Amino acid sequence: MSAITHHTPDAMLAAYAAGSLPQPYAVVVATHISMCMECRASFEAHQAVGGTMLDATPATDLSDELKINVFALLDAPVTPQPVFQKSGVYPGPVMELLEGQPPRWTKLGVGIRQNIISSNSSGSVRLLYIPPGQAVPDHSHNGLELTLVLQGSFSDDTGWFGVGDLEIADEHLEHTPTADAGPPCICLAATDAQLRFSTFLPRLLQPLFRI
Amino acid sequence: MLTASSDIKPIEWLAKSTPRKDIVVAAAGPSEISQQTIWMLAVRDQRDKVAFASLFDYFGPRLKGFVMRSGMSSSQAEEVVQDVMLTIWRKAALFDPHRAQVSAWIYQITRNRQIDVIRKEQRPLPEELAQDPGTEPDANQIMAVEQEGQKLKQALSRLKPEQREIIEKAYLGELTHQEISAQTDLPLGTIKSRIRLGLEKLRHELKELR
Repeated sequence: MSAITHHTPDAMLAAYAAGSLPQPYAVVVATHISMCMECRASFEAHQAVGGTMLDATPATDLSDELKINVFALLDAPVTPQPVFQKSGVYPGPVMELLEGQPPRWTKLGVGIRQNIISSNSSGSVRLLYIPPGQAVPDHSHNGLELTLVLQGSFSDDTGWFGVGDLEIADEHLEHTPTADAGPPCICLAATDAQLRFSTFLPRLLQPLFRI
Repeated sequence: MLTASSDIKPIEWLAKSTPRKDIVVAAAGPSEISQQTIWMLAVRDQRDKVAFASLFDYFGPRLKGFVMRSGMSSSQAEEVVQDVMLTIWRKAALFDPHRAQVSAWIYQITRNRQIDVIRKEQRPLPEELAQDPGTEPDANQIMAVEQEGQKLKQALSRLKPEQREIIEKAYLGELTHQEISAQTDLPLGTIKSRIRLGLEKLRHELKELR
């Protein structure tokens, strides 16, 4: 297993700890932290800054009932929340969005498959499956696109990305990620603009079929 | 209602948990384990409600003030404080003093809860690294994490008021990551390395995750 060389930027980890990172990116960052000890340490350092602030916050009086209410609930039975652990190449945060099931792939042509696992007004998160040697043709993103490798590897103009590596592409980057030889490349990708598949799909297939 | 289930003193806890008594002696110096950590470990390991009451009295009023800074009303803030305090009690097993001070751990629980309430969506969280229940506490590592926390506190107190305000905004979730990358420059290197050492203790599990 090679070491992770493309990490989550520090500011993004701080925003994730504080909760200001948009949901789709937060999914990818939570997944990257699950795979990368370096970024987990950085993330926890940001929690320490937040903790220092919390500790320095002046006290505000609590109502008398609050403590009574909390103590009354300490022994109350709690329905445990399901905990999603890594399964195969999919870390816990991905398994949570997959609701514990394997991906349900949709074919996009030329062997590329995807599974949209989260989509709302703040953007979308999807799994991408790219066969070895296959290129994902140039695609523009309206905003920031985060791509995290879960299996295999891909290369583009900016470098080589193996398991655990995170690529951050802004709207200025025109890139043609190509899956390397070896196992199929499986990525977790997040964009902040809601994907419009009616336009995305032809754009994806156009150069391949020369239509 | 409160049952005094434990009267373990800090030093006794250390002596009980670790055979390295030399560290216990060292703990009497300026670098002793904080009261908050000792309470939290009593909650985690002994389910000590007296220690939990101490944590409640210390953090509850601070938490309310902290949550209200994000614009929540007093009653809304108390609901969050209640949820956070109950999470501290129920998820105590996840607290690891080799990596975090109690305040850091509670900060994250609080922000998660606030976001769940405000956005009405479940925040994606990293996989938890379960600790081996048989792990002996390493007092040196615990104190080193706390010392780094102290250094961080001092670094923050030395900032100019306007710099401090930006940091506070960032960690209250009021800045985007682009705004944070343009603004902040905190000396986090040493605390990161120290947390990293705490994580190394869990390395066997991380290997399984990879």
